[in-house]
Amino acid sequence: MWNRRQALHAMAAAGVSAALRPSLAQVQPRALLTRPIPSTGEALPAVGLGSWITFNVGDDPVARDACTEVMRNFVETGGRMIDSSPMYGSSQDTIGYGLRKAALTGRVFAADKVWISSGAEGREQIERSRRKWQVNRFDLLEVHNLLDWQEHLPTLFAMKAAGQLRYVGVTTSEGRRHRDLEQIMRSQPLDFVQVTYNPVDREVEERILPLARDRGIAVIVNRPFRQGALLHALARQPLPPWSADIDCTSWAQFVLKFIVSHPAITCAIPATTSVAHVRENMSAASGRLPDTAMRQRMIAAVERG
Amino acid sequence: MSEWWTYRLTSFLLFSPRTYHRLFELYNLAIWPAQLAGVTIGLAIVALLIGHRAHRDRIVAGLLALCWLWVAWAFLYQRYAQINWAATWFAAAFAFEALLLAASGVFAGRINFSPPPGPGVRIAATLIAIVVVGYPLLAPLAGRPWTAAETFGVTPDPTAIATVATLALVRGCVRGLLLIIPLLWCAIAGATLWAMATASG
Repeated sequence: MWNRRQALHAMAAAGVSAALRPSLAQVQPRALLTRPIPSTGEALPAVGLGSWITFNVGDDPVARDACTEVMRNFVETGGRMIDSSPMYGSSQDTIGYGLRKAALTGRVFAADKVWISSGAEGREQIERSRRKWQVNRFDLLEVHNLLDWQEHLPTLFAMKAAGQLRYVGVTTSEGRRHRDLEQIMRSQPLDFVQVTYNPVDREVEERILPLARDRGIAVIVNRPFRQGALLHALARQPLPPWSADIDCTSWAQFVLKFIVSHPAITCAIPATTSVAHVRENMSAASGRLPDTAMRQRMIAAVERG
Repeated sequence: MSEWWTYRLTSFLLFSPRTYHRLFELYNLAIWPAQLAGVTIGLAIVALLIGHRAHRDRIVAGLLALCWLWVAWAFLYQRYAQINWAATWFAAAFAFEALLLAASGVFAGRINFSPPPGPGVRIAATLIAIVVVGYPLLAPLAGRPWTAAETFGVTPDPTAIATVATLALVRGCVRGLLLIIPLLWCAIAGATLWAMATASG
């Protein structure tokens, strides 16, 4: 059940509150693209914020404040899902610092992971993560890279049943363990899976994404830019002129629009330390999206790069 | 680790080069002027190795142990572990190396360096001096601020390299045992720097 604050934020994300919030109206002229989480119907903006490497800045006050600005701009432009993991060094601490400093706690969809090889220590790790984020509870917890998933998933389902958690999922990255993932998707009542997907890494299109649609599982996309390497490679060629037909002004938007236009995808989570980049990424969740034919052209354009 | 063949060196890089170098800046600001003590200890080791002082071997082993213990606690455990969870294990390894140096060199007297003025001593002493004086220059030469300099005795890479050069003068089987951790660290540090260079394109 949503509370009033969550409902207002969802309205803001959808652009409904533009008239009420002039500052948002200036930066968010178009309605933000949202996707329903299949298990509940809750709308989620199609672009989120990852924290792998980018938010692992230790206790560097300058870098922490820069990350806070990224988070502030992310939320101001309608973003909700922030994703992290105990594996990401100090990223959870950075997120907690930023949420408190920018008064964003409660305005984000807090997605974290359990990543420990002992199922018995899962709850303890989750509690440590929660304290670092400084949130009352996580919206989503996933088993990171399927590590000890047989032991962690019962814990997460129990937490969900007890109201200590809203959604449960599992993650993989870079195409690893897709057979195991498929088996888990078929056998477990998952709300989310997280996989790698972009115009170059499209293996999930064959089995994982169709299965996610069949089973009503939301899909989060990690490594949309291959940790920046894809954009680095694409920067050598100009953006195709027909990109304007889907309101793209950069390769980052081009790649993100390709990802979120797949009907099985719920949210892509690019990571960045740049305010300009986070705003650019968020603008990919608005305007026109490519159709099937355009998606094929996009693949061809990227593969040429 | 499943499907281990799909992992690349960069898959294990948890932080950006900018964060890594900022780590040294903040550390150096926090410990200043301990860097001067590190350089002084390094030059003292050079002087001891090329001289004929009494208790030379025990003093050099003790100074090295002190440096490894400091790096374990002040840099690896207190700082580096913030951005790299594996650094806690690195800190334990550095502390163990300090223990080995102190136990075998200071207390048991099992570390015996080659006597001067042989060519081996001259080469090792020159290399150690270059590391002690020259390694801090790498940061500004690479376009980073002076405050990001890595100094012998307080940061791991120059400490490990100079230790390898020093231990090369040790006679007997204890040398192999003492060299394991410094050489492993050189490999880890090299892999980290290579991965950062690769990730930066």
